[in-house]
Amino acid sequence: MIDPGFIGFRLPVHTQLIEAGRLRFFAKAIGETNPVYLDEDAAKAAGWRSLPVPPTFLFCLDMERDNPYDYMDTLGIELGKVLHGEQHFDYHQVACAGDRLTFDSRITDIYQKKAGAMEFVVRETAVFRDTTNGEPERLADLRSIIIIRHR
Amino acid sequence: MRPDVDTTSIKVGDEIPPLSTPPISRLTLALYAGASGDHNPIHVDLDFARYHGMDDVFAHGMLASAYLGRMLTNWLPQDALVSFGMRFVAISQVHDELSCSGRITERFEEAGEQRARLELSVVNQHGETKVVGDAVVRLEQ
Repeated sequence: MIDPGFIGFRLPVHTQLIEAGRLRFFAKAIGETNPVYLDEDAAKAAGWRSLPVPPTFLFCLDMERDNPYDYMDTLGIELGKVLHGEQHFDYHQVACAGDRLTFDSRITDIYQKKAGAMEFVVRETAVFRDTTNGEPERLADLRSIIIIRHR
Repeated sequence: MRPDVDTTSIKVGDEIPPLSTPPISRLTLALYAGASGDHNPIHVDLDFARYHGMDDVFAHGMLASAYLGRMLTNWLPQDALVSFGMRFVAISQVHDELSCSGRITERFEEAGEQRARLELSVVNQHGETKVVGDAVVRLEQ
C-alpha cells in the first residue's frame, strides 16, 4: 500500500525547451494532418509564433524529466501495474516551438478502492513559460490520476 | 477565430465534426512511444506486458486523447480551448479503430466570454467506449 504520507510530495522541478522537430514527430505519430501543426509557415500564417504545442503534448513534455518514473520508485509503485485513469488540462496560453517551459509537480492525493485492489495517485502540475521580461507566466495546469492494479 | 467556423449560432445538442482514425498498429504504438516520450514498456514490449498479466501490449491512453485533441483543433483554433479532460474507461487494443465525437452540452458566460462545454467520447469499431471526456471552449461574442 502506498504511504499516504506522500501526499504533498514535490517532484523535482524541470525545464524543457520545445523543439519544432519533436513537435513534427509527435504530429506524425498521432496522424495529424492540420498544416498548422506540421508546417511553420502555415502556423505563422494562422497567427502563431511558431508551431503550436498541441493540447495533450504538455503531458508528454512533463515526461522529459531525467527519470520520469522516479517518483513511482519513491512511492513504491511498480510501473507494470500502472494504468492512466484520468487526465485534465486547464489552459491559460498556448505554447509554441522555441518556448522554454518549467514543470512543477506535486502528489496531491492518494486513495484506494475495492478494498485496496486499486490504488489511485493524483498528481498536479503547474506549467510556466519563460518570458523576455524574466517573469515566468502561468501557461497551464495539469492533473493526472494513475491507477495501480493489485490482483 | 477561424473565419470558416461560425460559433455564434452554436447550440446545445450540436455535434462537432467527428474524427476517425486508422487501426492502431504496433508501429503506431512504437511511434507514439518515441514521439510522446512515454517509454513505458507495457505499450511496446510484449514480454513485459505478459509478465504483468496482460495478453498483449496496448495503446497509451494519451494516444486516444491526442486524437480527441486533433478533433477539437480541427474544429476551432487551439487558443479557443479553455480546458480539456478525459477519463480512460477501457484499454484501447492493437487493431482498434478509434472514432472521436463531441457534442455541445452547455452554453454559458464566464470570465466575460461566451463559452461552451462539450462532452467527448472515443469508441472503437465495435462501439465500445474507450475514453470519455469534456472540454470548455471560448466562442465568438
